[in-house]
Amino acid sequence: MYVAVKGGEAAISNAHRLLADRRRGDRSLPAIGIEQIVAQLGLAVDRVMAEASLYDRSLAALAVRQARGDMIEAIFILRAYRTTLPRFGYSKPVETGDMRVERRVSATYKDLPGGQLLGPTFDYTHRLLDPSLLTDEAVEAPLEREEAGEPVMRVSDILAGEGLVEDDGSLPDGHVAGDLTREPLEFPMARDLRLQALARGDEGFLLALGYSTQRGYARTHPFVGEVRIGEVEVELDMPELGFSVSLGRIQVTECQMIAQFKGSAKNPPQFTRGYGLVFGQSERKAMAMSLVDRALRAEEFGEDIVAPAQDEEFVISHSDNVQATGFVEHLKLPHYVDFQAELDLVRRMRREYEAAQNIDLPEAAE
Amino acid sequence: MASIRKSAESAATGERQRAMGLLAKASRAELQAAFDALGDKPAAQPVRGPETGLVMVRGRIGGGGAPFNLGEATVTRASVRLEDGTVGHGQALGTDSAKARLTAIFDALFQQPARRAGVEALLDVVAARIADEDAEKARQTAATRVDFFTMVRGED
Amino acid sequence: MTTDTLAFAGGFDQPVFEAQAAFRTLMDCMARPGTIGRIDATVVPPAPLNATAGAIALTLCDHDTTVWLTPALSRSALPGWLAFNAGATVTDERQNARFAFVEKGAMLPNLSLFAQGTQEYPDRSTTLVVEIDAFEGGRPLVLKGPGIRTEAEIAPVGLPDMFPHFWSENRQNFPRGVDLILVAGARILCLPRTTIVSVKEA
Repeated sequence: MYVAVKGGEAAISNAHRLLADRRRGDRSLPAIGIEQIVAQLGLAVDRVMAEASLYDRSLAALAVRQARGDMIEAIFILRAYRTTLPRFGYSKPVETGDMRVERRVSATYKDLPGGQLLGPTFDYTHRLLDPSLLTDEAVEAPLEREEAGEPVMRVSDILAGEGLVEDDGSLPDGHVAGDLTREPLEFPMARDLRLQALARGDEGFLLALGYSTQRGYARTHPFVGEVRIGEVEVELDMPELGFSVSLGRIQVTECQMIAQFKGSAKNPPQFTRGYGLVFGQSERKAMAMSLVDRALRAEEFGEDIVAPAQDEEFVISHSDNVQATGFVEHLKLPHYVDFQAELDLVRRMRREYEAAQNIDLPEAAE
Repeated sequence: MASIRKSAESAATGERQRAMGLLAKASRAELQAAFDALGDKPAAQPVRGPETGLVMVRGRIGGGGAPFNLGEATVTRASVRLEDGTVGHGQALGTDSAKARLTAIFDALFQQPARRAGVEALLDVVAARIADEDAEKARQTAATRVDFFTMVRGED
Repeated sequence: MTTDTLAFAGGFDQPVFEAQAAFRTLMDCMARPGTIGRIDATVVPPAPLNATAGAIALTLCDHDTTVWLTPALSRSALPGWLAFNAGATVTDERQNARFAFVEKGAMLPNLSLFAQGTQEYPDRSTTLVVEIDAFEGGRPLVLKGPGIRTEAEIAPVGLPDMFPHFWSENRQNFPRGVDLILVAGARILCLPRTTIVSVKEA
């Protein structure tokens, strides 16, 4: 018999009040401000923006605070917020070649126009806990050096000069960029839609998949052609004005991964490419994204699909951490009736099993 | 004749485009200070907004290839009409409604020949501030540029 | 006034509340085909689109909806008005239109030329907003189907005589097909594709 029950309103309400208390914590400590989160936990904010697929540092910081630092919860909150806003339009594609570069490194060329610019990196730190950060010690201003004024040339353009690398990645004429926020996903999908899904994909998931390709599950012999971080201009066409206007700048991280390719019946031996582009400063994510983008192009290059990172449906269907957490976490919600049915089933099977054992016993005793 | 008019039009478009781009990068404090400094405050009727919405930011595959949708950004916009009927539009990344409204007012003023100079003064302030910030950041980045030294092998 | 100024004027005074009220009326009328609803709108769309049809446009259309317009509406300031006030873009391809607008007196376009949706996504079809003269005084039509307890009766003035035939054709490929919103003055009446329309037997 199915008995509908309700209840728990008071418990839920009290639990939320308790959550608010625990979030605030010790009242003798000052509350953390949104500006402080934006300024001092900037990379956490960037991750929330990237995976919520919404560029807004203040709102992302608010989400981090509201979620008590739980990144996926913060991403969920920001993703939910974006659904309440109307869409004004699609920007013109950002020009990463014109980026105001804050960091650019290449693993393929030592000397390249624009140079190796380390920027504010964790690389070459010793990963030793820094006791000076236990207190609010004064931090030295960064050093400055006159800029060479040299354009920071794209590594792919250098390689393209020799004709040894594939072009940037074109799609058939008339192809309209797919938008997974508007149309349900259908497989197989074009590379543009895959990149949109990867750009909002979970950093940990993409990192693990990228790592798996390096360990031999769809090896592509990759090199970082370049990673660059910096600001690009966002421009929007204004139909009411008949021209486009700049809305301001956003910070993005771009990775051009270059992979060896032996060639096929259709294509000569050359370098192929994987691409990563992520909101904010997020080098690990951009690199992992570019590895996975390259792995997912297996079919395009006639490569055998043998590893998880090459399986489009597997990767894209499981890369979104909001979907994933929703489905995994729903398991803790009441399943009393489902479970009751399973319990009855298992009891019956057990009775049948034991009955069968009893019949078998005399034979076994012989 | 028609072509002369057309090029004059596109020059005017280019100027307004530049002005709107700078207004989008202005801080609310800069806009408010410029508005407070105006001798006679224009009466601005709202036509649309201020309203916050989303723009889907696009990238290009490989940096220069086919467009793809990277993710959305918040944008706040406003349109106002001045008493003489001039319509101004303001839009910028973020969720600042007051900024969008002020931006729209300055866009409308920019279209009025008599008041353009005042807006230009604001644009100069914004452009100078951005240039300073960019230059400082570029110098800081330049200090992290790697200078490679060739390690010369000894002759002996 | 120039066309430009017209495009920037005449939106909702209270965009949120008015659009919600209009949406509620549309939803109720779509759920109960044949019921007459009323949308008293503050909007002033460019002529010849009427105010209620304009309010429906601002309620239902946005950046993600493409709109098809009759030749007369295309020539008016309406495309700019829709772009500014709703963010919607106009298309010449009926197959791509999510909404279509037909002003009073214009010929009812061939329904089968509009987007019919797909078997998997029947919602990807065109909704037509058609202004007619009146809902009473014409040839009586009987409506049956979901949302109607027994049957409903309307007597529209301004639909072609062949309308019941066109409508039965529209129902041939169910669940594919178009939906219709009729407007007469400030009043509206909806005919979703589920509704069966027949001429009342004398």
